Amino acid sequence: MSTSESRFNLYHYAAPQAFYPVAGKLAPVFAVIALVLTTVGLWISFFKAPTDAVQGEVYRIIFIHVPAAWMSMFVFLVMAFWSAIGLAMNTRLSALMAQALAPTGAMFCFVALWTGALWGRPTWGAYWVWDARLTSQLLLLFLYLGYMALVAAIDDPRRRDKAGAILCLVGAVNVPIIYFSVKWWNTLHQGASVSLTKAPSMATIMLSGMLVMAFAAWAYTIAVALYRVRVLILERERHADWVRGELARLGEAN
Amino acid sequence: MIWESWNAFLEMGGAAQFVWGSYGVTVLLIVAELVLLRSRRVHSTRRLSRLIRAGQGRKLPEVQGS
Repeated sequence: MSTSESRFNLYHYAAPQAFYPVAGKLAPVFAVIALVLTTVGLWISFFKAPTDAVQGEVYRIIFIHVPAAWMSMFVFLVMAFWSAIGLAMNTRLSALMAQALAPTGAMFCFVALWTGALWGRPTWGAYWVWDARLTSQLLLLFLYLGYMALVAAIDDPRRRDKAGAILCLVGAVNVPIIYFSVKWWNTLHQGASVSLTKAPSMATIMLSGMLVMAFAAWAYTIAVALYRVRVLILERERHADWVRGELARLGEAN
Repeated sequence: MIWESWNAFLEMGGAAQFVWGSYGVTVLLIVAELVLLRSRRVHSTRRLSRLIRAGQGRKLPEVQGS
């Protein structure tokens, strides 16, 4: 009974028209969560976490560097997930979700590289080295930018969705390469301080600051992607009567 | 409070340019993304409304970009 109901609901919300108002309701909730978590996270990062015994204050970059790097990898995997669903089930909304996530994933990818460079200079003596971790992360940025350029360049929506999905699925191979690069190769970049398989090798307060910032990044990404997918839905479904009604409503509100 | 003064906080133990350079650029990018998203929504809805008013809703070219 409950299975058939939830299945019905999932299919129901796979329709852009049904998802549009849901996204409109959820987005502000996640925006508020992101704001609260960011405030708490920054408080821990700057006022609770102590000075690092080895690195001094510069280690505080970790509170954005690691969450941004996690997010940049995770978002690409989510895009690949939606791409696979879109290709398999031919649902328009899946491709729109992937397209809505890409700019935010690219932003976090750049942030990870930028903060890494500013952290590398004082600790390694170099802004950039061509080690496996840094190089594969740079490749991820190019995959994001390539995806966005490809999707922007194709006029026909079906071809656009399909081409984007294939690029996502092929590019997703790079994500495990980034993640395991510090194990597979001898990199200047350090190994993981936090992993699913062993206890984290850092102080609890530093770890909690990092995790709060990571959850803030999640909430931010969800909120922004939902706001963006609403615009994409209006553009894609503009021939539908409900979109005309919605545009009229928005026009009156403006 | 782990900082002796606001100046000590701003100086970040001599690593101010690295720490604030990281946080500053991140904040800038987030603000830029939000501004771009908002302006895209405004432009997109205006453009679609205009085209629908002009009665050419079924002939419009694809909207570009993401």
